[in-house]
Amino acid sequence: MTKVELETFVEGTTHYFQIAANQPASVGSPYLVNEGAPGIQEYTGIITIGGKRKGIVYFTASRPMLTVLLMRLGETDMTHENMCDLVGEVANQISGSARRDFGREFMISVPRVISGAPEHAVTPANVRSFVIPINWRSHSAQLVVCLE
Amino acid sequence: MNAVAPLKLMIVDDSNIMRRKIERSHQCARLQFVGSAGNGKQAVELFRRTEPDVVTMDITMPEMDGIECVEQLVQIKPDVLILVVSALADKATAIEAMKRGANGFLCKPFSDRQLTDALDELLRGARA
Repeated sequence: MTKVELETFVEGTTHYFQIAANQPASVGSPYLVNEGAPGIQEYTGIITIGGKRKGIVYFTASRPMLTVLLMRLGETDMTHENMCDLVGEVANQISGSARRDFGREFMISVPRVISGAPEHAVTPANVRSFVIPINWRSHSAQLVVCLE
Repeated sequence: MNAVAPLKLMIVDDSNIMRRKIERSHQCARLQFVGSAGNGKQAVELFRRTEPDVVTMDITMPEMDGIECVEQLVQIKPDVLILVVSALADKATAIEAMKRGANGFLCKPFSDRQLTDALDELLRGARA
């Protein structure tokens, strides 16, 4: 994975906070997960990458973080459905940035959303994952990039 | 198209929070909200019932995507104004939507101001 590719996914995520919430998010120090699967928080928006690259990219966040983000969007309905909707929108934004920057060499899926811990690991077992902390207000989400 | 009477607005997006955000923000643009749909298929049905003048249209949706939906709505009502609102920020998507009959393109995410400006520009274009 190149630095430029990684930056596209990070930019897609931080851009959402900057514009939708009108409050920038900061990026923590990225790290590699060498063994086991990277962590999952309460709500996760996942995109699958195919074509020139294959793998998974996901954004995972806690309910408290998403609650504050929904409030910043002017939303008053803090239901489970809206939490799912919101992580899906962030994943959608990441997907849009990737399509813009990578073009048709990358085939990018429509985002899917899971809540809670998945039955099976989201990322492929034989590929290392980059975890990029996305810090916003007092909360921390993770952007996980796992490409072959 | 009457520039004085409020224009009817329909919102098409598979995200509930996006539909609600656009519904809250549209008031600045002097539009009368008539309904929203979560996919292209629902949108075509609602469009036939409510005959809106202005539509905000997401692209990536289940059942029928926004590009195909734009084409169908324009066939039903050729002078409908369609603002595509999508996270797909690539030029190819915007060009394809315009080819099918969309009148404007707004990238997600957007601020309330950006949405209002985009709708105002759409309406100015219609009056010009």
